[in-house]
Amino acid sequence: MSTVPAEVEASIDQIQYEETGEFPVERGYVWTTCASVENGNPLFWDDAVAAEITGGPIAAPTMLSVWFRPHHWSPGRDEQPMPLQVHFDLKQIFGLPEAVMTDNTIIFHEPVRPGDRLRTRQLLRSVSEPKTTKLGTGRFWVIDVEYLNQNDELVGVESYTGFGYQRAS
Amino acid sequence: MTNRLTLDSVQPGDVLPELVYPVTATTIVLGALAARDWRPMHHDHDFAVNRNGTQDIFMNTPNQAAWFERFVTDWTGPTGRLGRMKFRMKGSVFPGDTMTMRGVVDGVETDDAGCGWVSLTVSLTVDGDLKTDCAARVAIPTDASDNPWARRGDAWRP
Repeated sequence: MSTVPAEVEASIDQIQYEETGEFPVERGYVWTTCASVENGNPLFWDDAVAAEITGGPIAAPTMLSVWFRPHHWSPGRDEQPMPLQVHFDLKQIFGLPEAVMTDNTIIFHEPVRPGDRLRTRQLLRSVSEPKTTKLGTGRFWVIDVEYLNQNDELVGVESYTGFGYQRAS
Repeated sequence: MTNRLTLDSVQPGDVLPELVYPVTATTIVLGALAARDWRPMHHDHDFAVNRNGTQDIFMNTPNQAAWFERFVTDWTGPTGRLGRMKFRMKGSVFPGDTMTMRGVVDGVETDDAGCGWVSLTVSLTVDGDLKTDCAARVAIPTDASDNPWARRGDAWRP
């Protein structure tokens, strides 16, 4: 018999937290990201190469989640919003104070370009029964995050497997 | 980066050039902030050790993805277009680690839309211990006149 609460079961495969990014895609973060891993791909550094191959500058594909991580602070906001809210909801529902991401799949569709205003939505795909690992006891869950641009084109899908847990004493 | 790999030059079993990189606290913090990941376990040693129970701050997931992307496209050149990446983290990467990335070609195919694909297994290890493995699917030109980035809609099947 499942020990997953009915409210969680009911939320599986339902669109949650559809939202637009706080700012348009911009090249500064692209360059900072490339610098952080010393990525010299000329698509991101040479406009002539970008024009030839991708029809103009694009963001590094693996940066999808960057455009939705909220500012650390903004005026008038009392709480720090969580970038993958379904994950944090599950931690709270199950009373699991710690969590790690174990698997991450990213599927890339239309290129993301500077100036794009992306929007995202989260879908809980599954929640496991309680499991014990070397980290502690908790549950695994799978969350899909879909990303679309201002033209409603799918630009990518990220699928996360998280493990929320209570540390072994 | 001037290479532009084409499908006819790739075979299963081909090995990608190895990447060895000494990780510092700056690597971890820069990567986290570039990804707009403000969570303290990626920049606050005390939090990482005493709250998370890890040995130090550690590399975050989006930055690992960026490392895998760089590793793959260093090999393909700019006409390589990532279709899919799946990675599994088995251990954390900390300041002071020297990480080594290796990759091997698992398969080469052309799909029904005429797009050339290479399947790769990529590993990130530290002192021989596997920290993250990655299965990547990357499109590369079938010949010098092809460009995977020009594919849209049903012509792009990642």
